[in-house]
Order: sequence, then structure tokens, then C-alpha cells
Amino acid sequence: MKLSSDFFEIFAIPVAWQVDSNQLQRRYLKLQQEFHPDRYASHSDTEKRLAVQTASLINQAYDTLKSPLKRAQYLLELKQIDASQDSHVTSDGAFLMEQIELREALSEVRDSADPFAALDSLRAGVESSYTEQQNQFQAQYQSSDFDHAFNTVAKMQFSSKLLDEIEQLEAELEDL
Amino acid sequence: MALLQISEPGQSPQPHQRKHAVGIDLGTTNSLVATVRSGMAEVLADEQGRDLLPSVVHYIKEGVSCVGHEAAEHNISDPLNTLASVKRLMGRGLADIKTFGSQLPYEFAADDGGMPKIKTVSGMVSPIQVSAEILRKLAGRAEIAFGGALDGAVITVPAYFDEAQRQATKDAATLAGIKVLRLLNEPTAAAIAYGLDEADQDAKDQERIIAIYDLGGGTFDISILRLSKGVFEVLATGGDSALGGDDFDHAIADWLRQQMGLGEDLNPIEQRILLETAKSAKEELTESEQVELEVLDWQGALTRDLMHSLIDGLIDKTLRACKKSLRDAGVDQSQINDVILVGGSTRTPRVGEKVAGLFGIEPLCSLDPDQVVAMGAALQAEVLIGNKSGDDMLLLDVIPLSLGIETMGGLIEKIIHRNTTIPVAKAQEFTTFKDGQTAMAIHILQGERELASDCRSLARFELRGIPPMVAGAAKIRVAYQVDADGLLSVSARELTSNVESRIEVKPSYGLGEDEITSMLQDSFSHARDDMQARALREQQVEADRMVEDLLAAIYKDGEALLDKEEQRCLQVAIQELRELRESTTEHRVLARQIESVAKASEEFAARRMDASIKTALAGQSLDEIEKG
Repeated sequence: MKLSSDFFEIFAIPVAWQVDSNQLQRRYLKLQQEFHPDRYASHSDTEKRLAVQTASLINQAYDTLKSPLKRAQYLLELKQIDASQDSHVTSDGAFLMEQIELREALSEVRDSADPFAALDSLRAGVESSYTEQQNQFQAQYQSSDFDHAFNTVAKMQFSSKLLDEIEQLEAELEDL
Repeated sequence: MALLQISEPGQSPQPHQRKHAVGIDLGTTNSLVATVRSGMAEVLADEQGRDLLPSVVHYIKEGVSCVGHEAAEHNISDPLNTLASVKRLMGRGLADIKTFGSQLPYEFAADDGGMPKIKTVSGMVSPIQVSAEILRKLAGRAEIAFGGALDGAVITVPAYFDEAQRQATKDAATLAGIKVLRLLNEPTAAAIAYGLDEADQDAKDQERIIAIYDLGGGTFDISILRLSKGVFEVLATGGDSALGGDDFDHAIADWLRQQMGLGEDLNPIEQRILLETAKSAKEELTESEQVELEVLDWQGALTRDLMHSLIDGLIDKTLRACKKSLRDAGVDQSQINDVILVGGSTRTPRVGEKVAGLFGIEPLCSLDPDQVVAMGAALQAEVLIGNKSGDDMLLLDVIPLSLGIETMGGLIEKIIHRNTTIPVAKAQEFTTFKDGQTAMAIHILQGERELASDCRSLARFELRGIPPMVAGAAKIRVAYQVDADGLLSVSARELTSNVESRIEVKPSYGLGEDEITSMLQDSFSHARDDMQARALREQQVEADRMVEDLLAAIYKDGEALLDKEEQRCLQVAIQELRELRESTTEHRVLARQIESVAKASEEFAARRMDASIKTALAGQSLDEIEKG
């Protein structure tokens, strides 16, 4: 189904980088209260199918807006810029070098004396650069500097992926 | 207003008419059916006043001879045709069954489609058919209690059930002619029965972590749930599929045997006597400190302490499984807000004591542990059927395992990640590998591992008719849609040519649509008229729903969203449907008309959703300010 509203309109908030996550969650639950397929369980098949599609869309909208990376990608998408591909890489050489070093550090965590402490310090570093990238994106987006914003999203992708891998490694270490 | 003219007196559907809904706990050993009466969930008993229906079906040459208590009596005399515990086989492939089916005495074989079936004297029977017999029996119980037809049911499934097992359960319901309102996770049902979802309303911003300890006759399940702002999320599940309260009886019987100086090779009758004595001793010791026993020509006594020493090892095993699940969930004992006891074997007080010891809180056990899951399902069914407005209650489920697609090199690309809130729709684009490639194989998988061969195969289908292009030029969009029950449908479309192919995933281990139809026909073959009548009745119900929905929609939004001509066309279509619904006895004719009205109203439906989403949050900022 194609709705005429964009994700921000669905949540009745302005199209902007800044999002109040508590407000977003409250509105998300209110929307699901109204559109969840359970509300249509005794209706006709057409209405039920429509409810499944609408609730899916609300879930997708919520999932997109609450994640900084997905929200940034979506803001660019609304400007007809596709920043969602994995293949889209940054050309910032220094940044790439730094990424290689961070990955090496991650692969050495297992062998370190205190893997959990090593992991924590690695995470703190990545999180702070992720925050910095988000601030950069916000500034670039607000000044309509979409070329640089596009480049910043590529960097955010690296950070977000690295954070996922840190989490995964932590789970693996805990299972040992 | 113009539209009031078409509602003739007596013809208008009554939206507030009370509907008949039940909750069904389709268990491995026993099944139950419950409903809500005057606001309270209660289990429906059979004519003899028995709540539990043993999940057993007995087959004779002519087909099903009996279901439940009567069937269970054939257990010893005719074990190969007395099918019990088929829940363990639901949605399983032949390979799975070879691994654990050895615990069951049946003979298995694959049918033409590779689906596992059980050989009986009446022919090959699928686990889905056996479950359908049990469901039909329970539905019959409900229809007697209501004095009328059943409108819908919520059926519970274990939280760890995957896509194929859920689909198999739903197929069984379809086969039994039951409309499924929702498949509900058993631990979530238990939490609803205790009203924990409502308790949460007082502390909206707090999250609760709930442990559900479910010890049945032959299985043990532990689930850790998180309830946060109305969302129930399964954090971890674990357990032991071969450990249950029956093992307590065996341990006590074994002690008896030694006391009586008997050897290990007892005949079946002696064995049965010892087990029954053990079972009643266990039950008596819940009340008294000591029980006097008389078995055959032996006399003696069993104290409660002695019984504890016999069963403590078994209970400790369940506690170890609890600790493992807590670890998986990433929470520790002290974070658990509530513990719920489920399953008849938690009646043994020692179980509650030890569980309380582990979690450091008194478990909830005021509801009958055999009934609690069915009761929770009944409460949810009451809301879904529309008898009770459920403004306070919303269960948002997540999918337990990631869904993906096989890519080059036997790898899996995840399309929907585990723990995503459902319903959900996601799409991804792929391309061709070779020049001139005109078909693409789509292999749908479920699981967390990297290699396709380590994940569970759900379905395969092919997209054909792709126009020949150079490798990498075609754009194939594969879309996954998971509904609120966690069931998946997949479609694939080549974007430049619009060639499309889609599949409802009810593949490898479920039943095909054709198979269900033919089974339905088989089951009614003695009474063809019955089948016709039933099919007609189903279409009439659907026609009523549709008329009701559309009239309400036109009343509310017709002026705003439709022009005069569109309104007129829709009114005509509705009127034709109503007339046909009264006049025709041909279910196919009615189905065609429903289909055509659905098509005619599709655009209106989409406009309404669009408009209602726009207005859903109107005035929201004001509300929020008022609430502070």
C-alpha cells in the first residue's frame, strides 16, 4: 500500500533531525492501538489485509525514525538522495585508516588480558565518534549541505556496524 | 441522509450482538477450551464435567474412532493406532522426526510431497490432521455450551515455535473449521490470565520482567518475558522436552519397587499399579506429612521428606534450565518482577518452594496451573472478537527468529531481523547472475546462522519469465510480509518487466491450500451437503462483515472521501451483495461477488486508511501537554 504521508507526518512531527524519543514512543503506541490488526480481527478480510499493511508501515516508520542512522538515511531519501546502499563508501582516507585500526583492535579483544574492559573502552571510543558524526550530520543537513551529509552518513554506517559487532562479540564472550 | 435509505429494517447487521469466542490451549498431553462469561475466564468442561481433554486420537480402519479420554484407553491395547503427543511432530520434517521421533512408538513415512505422516490402520495420517481432530472436539464442546456456532478462537503455541510449527497449528484449525483470531504465545497467555498487562498500566514507564515456569506431564518450558509499555517481548526460552511431572511418578514408583523387593522387569499390569500408587501418594503428600501405602501384598509408608529426596534431583534440573535462560535473556534473578507457575506438575508444593528459592520471590499460583494458559487465551479472544473493548490492552509480538533469503555461495541475507515487532513488511532488491538469465530461484530461510545450510528452509519458489538481459541488469524486488501471527508471505517481482510471483509460506512442512481443500472435502465426503452448507455459511458471514464494514465506512467517511458517482457505485455493489447473500445457495457465486465488491472498494479503503492516519494524532500535542 502506498500512503501519501511520509514517516514524519505519520507521527505528526516536523521533518527534522531532532526527534523526541519519548514522544515518538508514546505516539507509536497510540497509533498501534488504533491500527494493529488485532483491532480488526472480526472485520472483513479486506479490512484485515489493510490493517496488516498499515501496521507494518507504522512499525517501519517507527523503526526508521528511532534509529539515528536510518533517520539520517531517510531524511536524505526525502531529498531524493539514496544513502542506504552498503556499497556507498566514504573517500575520506584518514577515516578509513582509523576504521582499519578499530577493526584490528576488535579482533585482538579475545586475546587481551581483560576482554570485557578492552571491549568497553573500544565501545566508548566508537560511541563518541558516532555521536560526533550525528552532530556533523545535523549541521550539514540544516545548512542544506547534502553532499557532505551524504558522506557523513557513510561514516555513521561504519560506526553503527562496528557497534553491532562489539555487541555480538560481547554476547559470544559471555557465552564462553 | 441518503445512505440511511438503504438500511432496511431487520436487515441491518447488529454490530453489538455478542459473539462466541474461545481460547484453546492445544497441549502435548492435554488440551483445554475456555471462554469469558460475565467478565471472568472459565474453562468449559465436557458432559462428564472433565476440564482436560487428553490430546489423543484413536484410529480404526474406517477412520477416527474416538478422541480424548476414550482414545487414551486404547493406549496399551492398540498403541500404533492411538496417536498421542503429536504436538511434538507439528511442522517438522522427516529428518527432524527421525532424530526425536524414536521416543514415540509410531511408524513414519513421507508422502508424495515429502511431508511426514504416521502409518495407521486407516492409512497415512498427518500430525496436522490429528491436531484438527482434537480442535474439532474442543470446538464441539464450546458449541454445546454456547448453543450456537463458534465465531472465532485464539489458539496458544509455545513461544519457541517457529514459522513452520505456527503455520501447521493454523492449518489444523482451518481443517477443523475454526476461525483463528490469533496465535498467542503460551507464556504471554499465562501473563494475561494473571492480569499483568493491566498491572503495568499503573507504572507505565516501568518495565516488568516475568518468568513463566511451565512444568507439564512430559515437558518443561521456561520463558522470560519483558512487558514494557504494552509490548510483550519474549527475551529467552528454554527447557527440557523430555522432563516432566511424570518423571516424579517414575522416581517414586522405582522406590516402591525396591521397597517391595521386585526386580526391574515388571509386567505392564504391575508397572501400571506401581505408577498409579506413586501418583496418588504424590498427590496426598501435598496435604499430609506422611502417607500409608498398600500395594499388592506390601505395606509401608512414604514421608514428605523422603519424597523430596526422590524428586529434588529432577526439580534441580529444571532450575538449571531456568538459570541458563536468565543468562540468555541477559537478566539476573533479582531483576525478575513476577514468576508464574503453569502446568499440572507445579501442584507439587516442593516445586513452588524451590522455584521461590531460586528467584527470591513467591511465585503466582492462585489460578489453576492446568487452566491458566487457556484462560489467558480466552481473555484475549474476547477482546479480539469485539465483545470487550480492549483499549488498555495491546500485545505487540516480535518474531523469534530472523527471516532471510539464500544468496550466492550458500550464504543467508537476513531480510527481517529477529526481535522485529510484527506485523512487518520489508523488501530487498537482487539481480541476475548470468547473461540472459530468465528465471531466479528464491529460497526462504529462517535462523541466525551465516550459512544457508545451517538455517531452517521454509520454502522455495521460482520467478520465471524475466526478459533476457546482461547479468546484473535485472532488478528483482523480493518482499517479505509477516502478519500479526508471525506468518510469512513472500513475493518477487522483476521491476523492469513487472513479472511477478508470490507465495504464502506454508511450504515444506505445512499443508498446501489444495491439500487443505481436499482434506476438508474428505472429511465431509459422507455428507456433501454439509460441506456445501458450511462453505455457504462461511461466505455469508464474510458477506455480512463486508456489508457491515462498508456501511459504517460510508457513513463515516463517504461524504469526505468519495464523489457522488463513486458513492453511488459502491451503494449499488453493496445492495447487490446483500440481495445475493439472501437469495443464492451457491457459495462460489457469493464468493465471486464478495471478491468483486472488495475490488470496487479497495481504493476507498486505501483513502480511508490514509486519511485516518493523518487524523490519528490530531490534537495529540494538546493531550500530551495536559497529561504533563
